[in-house]
Amino acid sequence: MMNLFVLQLLNGVQLGVLLFLIAAGLTLVFGIMDVINLAHGVLYMVGAYLIATFAAATGSFWWGLLLTLPAAVVVGLVIEFVVMRRLYARSHLDQVLATFGLVMIANEAVKMIWGTSPLSVPMPEIFSGSVPLMGPLKYPVYRIAIIVAGLAVALGLFIMVNYTRVGMLLRAGATNRDTVSALGVDINRLFAIVFTLGAVLACLAGALVAPILSVDTGMGESVLILTFVVVVIGGIGSIKGAFLGALLVAIVDTLGGVFGPILLRSVLDPSAAGQVGRVLAPMLVYILMAVILFAKPAGLFGRRA
Amino acid sequence: MTYMTASATHPDRPVLSGRVKAALVLFILFALMPPLASALNDPFYVLIGTRILAYAIAAMALDLILGYGAMVSFGHAAYLGFGAYAVAILQSYGVNDLILQILFAVAISAIFAVVTGAISLRTRGVYFIMITLAFGQMAFFFFISFSAYGGDDGVALAQRSTVLGMDLLGTDYGLYYVSLALLIALFALCHRIVGSRFGRVLTGIRENPTRIEAIGFSPFRYQLIAFVISGCITAIAGVVLANQAQFVSPAFMSWHKSGELIVMVVLGGVGNLAGPIAGAVAALLLEEWLDALSEHWKLYFGIFLVLMVLFSPHGITGLLKKMGIVRGQQ
Repeated sequence: MMNLFVLQLLNGVQLGVLLFLIAAGLTLVFGIMDVINLAHGVLYMVGAYLIATFAAATGSFWWGLLLTLPAAVVVGLVIEFVVMRRLYARSHLDQVLATFGLVMIANEAVKMIWGTSPLSVPMPEIFSGSVPLMGPLKYPVYRIAIIVAGLAVALGLFIMVNYTRVGMLLRAGATNRDTVSALGVDINRLFAIVFTLGAVLACLAGALVAPILSVDTGMGESVLILTFVVVVIGGIGSIKGAFLGALLVAIVDTLGGVFGPILLRSVLDPSAAGQVGRVLAPMLVYILMAVILFAKPAGLFGRRA
Repeated sequence: MTYMTASATHPDRPVLSGRVKAALVLFILFALMPPLASALNDPFYVLIGTRILAYAIAAMALDLILGYGAMVSFGHAAYLGFGAYAVAILQSYGVNDLILQILFAVAISAIFAVVTGAISLRTRGVYFIMITLAFGQMAFFFFISFSAYGGDDGVALAQRSTVLGMDLLGTDYGLYYVSLALLIALFALCHRIVGSRFGRVLTGIRENPTRIEAIGFSPFRYQLIAFVISGCITAIAGVVLANQAQFVSPAFMSWHKSGELIVMVVLGGVGNLAGPIAGAVAALLLEEWLDALSEHWKLYFGIFLVLMVLFSPHGITGLLKKMGIVRGQQ
């Protein structure tokens, strides 16, 4: 039982780190630009497809990753320039419609380019295999590598947001856009930087997870909604909130699926516990969101009510 | 925001009669469609028409909160699902009556809407959109793992519903005209709601919640009631949809469906009830047409959406200003 708990906790942290990479960009885009972007999950999917293509072409995961990142910058800049830039001044309804259109375009375009059958990405050689954790328990090295890489990016973001000039502008922009603009900051350039940064982080998350998932067209969708939950729980515009929210959501989601039925068994008979557990487990994160919002409508670290 | 939107509101009287006229024209066209389809020897159109009617009901219900209350709910497909599953669940207990199924669907939806609406309405703007989306997904996942009714695969319905023991829905034509009657009745209901004191307060909250609060109304209560009504009407659309497809699955509740409902409302014109009915017709016909042209119809539909938002001067809402009411930002 203890082993299972540790294992699932690590899985939860790994998912949380990925969710954070995606949510960080999304929360900045929401917070600073006040734009709702339904197409953010698409970027995660595109990252996975890009690395699948590049890794297959070069025969190496590392070259694939190295090529995916600049490609992600291009994807981010293009989407920002062609679509997002025109949406900043629009109503949320227009933003919802246009980015919903982007989701449809991207999903279908990916199907046309890469086909409908899932792709796989080879695991990098040095990270294959498992390490012993405690007793007979082993854990895949690659998942640990994801956790470390994600935490490193989180640390980098933290330093950037809190100790650099760009970070200062980001924080100022999230608090009051108009004032930042009035102080002579080129707000359009700032928006482009923020959106592209978010796009690169989402693509990176997709690229990192590609070796342990099958890469298919649906992968952006499930993650998008979870990321929304993370952003809402953490508070829009807050990187710190996104980090804690991502870990919270991922751990609740992972542990709830495994331990929910086990806990229910102590109050219900086994078959009923299994049934109820299966139905409740996928709903847990939403219930968590509801509870947190009920207490704090602006999320854990939200500024505006 | 306050002065801009307030000045952009049209006086209600002329809009009202225009709305009813437009709706009457639509209803007459709907009524004439089946004879035309059978004259063309293509009765398949009647089933497509029923689907359009169902989505027209749902889009109109969404407009009630989106257009009149400025609440962009991105989880309305959940109520379609509640309606559809109400049919499946009651049928598995041998209850086939349409009226009982509608009552059951409305009851489930009302409970869900009260709880999720009360939480969602504590927030606004982007938060509200994301939270309603998340609650919609919650319902979606509930039915995905609800193995008693097929889970992910859904469940086929043994038969269509009956009305007070009569097999009115037995033929495709019967189903079509009963659906049309439901649409007309629900339009009349929504029309009454919008024109009532309640509707005025709701529109007032959309324009300026602070002022409405200052003259003694609680915005939260009015918005919540509107949210619940809208959800319940959408559930009736779900009951129709289940009978049309004779099949129920979580696919009715996916967030893409919620998105499509918003597309219908905006396509037809926000905030005038008749517009979304036309929007449902336009969106579904466009879908059928693109689908016949190419297997990648979603690509073209997506491009259409993006272009429409980007290149109409003030968004689609602005383009359709003459048809309805302009919504403010936020």
